[in-house]
Amino acid sequence: MQVLYGRHHVRVFRFGLRLVRDEQVAEDLISEVFLDVWRQAGKFEGRSAVSTWLLAITRFKALSALRRRKDVELKDEAAEAIEDTSDDPEVAVQKKDTGQVLRKCLTALSQDHREIIDLVYYHEKSVEEVAEIVGIPENTVKTRLFYARKKLAELLKAAGVERGWP
Amino acid sequence: MMALSKKILEQEPGDIELLLPWHAAGTLSARDARRVEEALASDPDLARQYAVIREEYAETIDLNESLGAPSVRAIQNLFAAIDAEPAQEARTSFNLSARISSFFASLSPRALAWSAGVGAVVLLLQAGVIGAVLIQGANYQMASLSTGEHEVVEQAPPRALVRFAADARMADITALLDTYQASIIGGAKGGMFRLQFGDKPVTEQEATNLLNRLQGEKIVSLAVATP
Repeated sequence: MQVLYGRHHVRVFRFGLRLVRDEQVAEDLISEVFLDVWRQAGKFEGRSAVSTWLLAITRFKALSALRRRKDVELKDEAAEAIEDTSDDPEVAVQKKDTGQVLRKCLTALSQDHREIIDLVYYHEKSVEEVAEIVGIPENTVKTRLFYARKKLAELLKAAGVERGWP
Repeated sequence: MMALSKKILEQEPGDIELLLPWHAAGTLSARDARRVEEALASDPDLARQYAVIREEYAETIDLNESLGAPSVRAIQNLFAAIDAEPAQEARTSFNLSARISSFFASLSPRALAWSAGVGAVVLLLQAGVIGAVLIQGANYQMASLSTGEHEVVEQAPPRALVRFAADARMADITALLDTYQASIIGGAKGGMFRLQFGDKPVTEQEATNLLNRLQGEKIVSLAVATP
């Protein structure tokens, strides 16, 4: 358990934090995830990578936590303030820091779009693995990411950043 | 109506276009990666979009890396919850036996016959290994008795109850465990973890030195020897 925790807890925490947008909740979440793993170790059949299994449990628990939280919108606003203390996109554009604008826009995406972008880019999950974690068909995985990227482009455009796509 | 469906079709992304993010992350199969490479070489629009994707990819990693790591509270809660769990042996062994049964049940008679043959060879090898270990064990025991060091052989590796500093990060704790070749064998009762150092017994002086060194670590607020 110690090795498993040492190897995966940071990524599990970051994935959870991007979903629930609250450090305290994300920390509780990883304790719950690894406790579940402790309880269900016998059920892991090795058909997928351990990290895929962990991210799927994390996602399930994060969504349950979000559902339990009645004041989710309020928390979202509060958490955004905690999560990102950088300039507003417009201010960042004036300072010509497009990387900062991009990061700000990445946090402004919907939960569905955030998770798919994180799973593919940061957690380096294949189409099949994302389908398994999110519980959607592989074709939907591909189109959802495409539309997440389109939405990101819209947010960037609104913040004054033109990248030549779409 | 025709014009509308044509417009919708034009907006639909192509197969290769949809795969670009996975190509940037390097998670495509060799076959798909080759298809994407060929398309990128011959389609400037696609190549432009790919450059945009590479930027998104880099910034997503930057953003996630900036999120930091959980505090020690998370692992304390986890071990406290694990300690509160009922013993697992019975449940685990049941699962294991059930899985072994279902595995053999799923084999065809031909596969079963092969397995039996392989099993017999494994048994013979195992018998040889056990025999060798027994002989070595006997020699070892005799040597121990003759030098009068039997008690040292029976001792457990050094153990300590450790409380980490409140601001200790998981990365620091993992590094400390690596440095001391320690593993957490229990915790976190009252915020104290039970650590074991290595898997060999040490002399009393070595154990004291180890504890002193541990107590001097910045992220350790308390370390006391424990059986």
